[in-house]
Amino acid sequence: MQFYVDNFGLFRDAFLTTLSLSLLGGLLALVLGTLLAAFRVSPITPLRGLATFYVETFRNTPLTVVFFFIIFGLPQIDFVIGFFPGAVLAIGLYTAAFVCEAVRSGINAVASGQAEAARALGLTFGQSLREVVLPQAFRTVVPPLGNVLLAMVKNTSIAAGFAVSELSSLLPRLVNANAGELVLVLIGVVVGYMLITVPSAFALHRVERRVAILR
Amino acid sequence: MTSRSNGDPLVRLSGVNKWFGELHVLQDIDLSIDRGEVVVVIGPSGSGKSTLCRAINRLEAIEQGEITIDGQRLPEEGKELARLRSDVGMVFQSFNLFAHKTILENVTLGPIKVRRQSKADAEKRARELLERVGVAAQADKYPAQLSGGQQQRVAIARALAMDPKVMLFDEPTSALDPEMINEVLDVMTSLARDGMTMVVVTHEMGFARRAANRVVFMDGGRIVESADPETFFTTPQSARAKDFLSKILEH
Repeated sequence: MQFYVDNFGLFRDAFLTTLSLSLLGGLLALVLGTLLAAFRVSPITPLRGLATFYVETFRNTPLTVVFFFIIFGLPQIDFVIGFFPGAVLAIGLYTAAFVCEAVRSGINAVASGQAEAARALGLTFGQSLREVVLPQAFRTVVPPLGNVLLAMVKNTSIAAGFAVSELSSLLPRLVNANAGELVLVLIGVVVGYMLITVPSAFALHRVERRVAILR
Repeated sequence: MTSRSNGDPLVRLSGVNKWFGELHVLQDIDLSIDRGEVVVVIGPSGSGKSTLCRAINRLEAIEQGEITIDGQRLPEEGKELARLRSDVGMVFQSFNLFAHKTILENVTLGPIKVRRQSKADAEKRARELLERVGVAAQADKYPAQLSGGQQQRVAIARALAMDPKVMLFDEPTSALDPEMINEVLDVMTSLARDGMTMVVVTHEMGFARRAANRVVFMDGGRIVESADPETFFTTPQSARAKDFLSKILEH
């Protein structure tokens, strides 16, 4: 116990960093991913093409490479970004591709008659997406979206390799300083992640039950 | 032919052609619908009658020809098309009520989002319309909690809330249990009496006789015959129509 007391500040800061990465990255991913999904079903061909290109690029690139590109690649074109904002950007941009695909599967699951009825009323494409299709799509994709977001929380550990002092970065750091306490360090880090993921999973389950709709 | 016309026809299709791949589903369709006229479209399945109905508000795009509503050519896409559609009510075979919205919200969505009415005004009108179609008591329920007949009457109220110039009915009773068909037909009949311009694709010959000014018989993507109901049902001209009527009227 003394070990945790001695290192409480480190654990707390690292936990808060991981939490911030998760919240900010998740927010960026949800907003951008939903926008991309709207593009992918839009009647405007260039928008569809752009979104498809985006998704295929980020979905098929390792996250580490995305980090590398943003933190070391962008400065080559005079766009310098700090380690933490860079990490948020990398995580958000990467996860948005997966969010897009989850939301798109939800859009495809909404009966085509729903969008037809909306269009027949005179709603524009954007209005029918916002008012009718997306609210129903989100309800069906809570479980897969939850998977994407939980994976993202764990993916924030990549930021450790790019000078962000989040939870996983404690592993080498604390083990080097306290060689005998390897197991305690591991437990501390795992508990830190679980403090984020377990309540999230629980909350997602609640959301799933609350928004379920009769068909 | 009825002569209710006051000026130009409300809906005019001229030289309309449409293909689904190789299939020529609409062939050289010419059809004019006057204000206040009730046109019932009948024909065997696959004859193109639903496609014709859906082409009028461009849920199906046509490849050739021209469709005008109230003198205005159907726009291709975008806001213009949305505006035109808002004047054309549509009732679907499968109701298509918005599953995540209450009955009241289903009816107020269009007036609020498209007509920019205040929520209070839209709700007041919606309750009147729900009263008119006999489902006022269900206003706060969700569509899945209603019977098919009730859902279809809500769908009619939803279309009416936009004060449409014309209403399209695409087989409105085909998905209903037999005992619910009449409650929907009654609402449609009263609409017809009130002078609503209607295009109705249906298999309900009783409704056609009772409410239609004109029956249009389609087969193989063409309009084969067009006559007032009495003439059509008693003395059909084409062999196809005679054959079709003999099959559906004998039981």
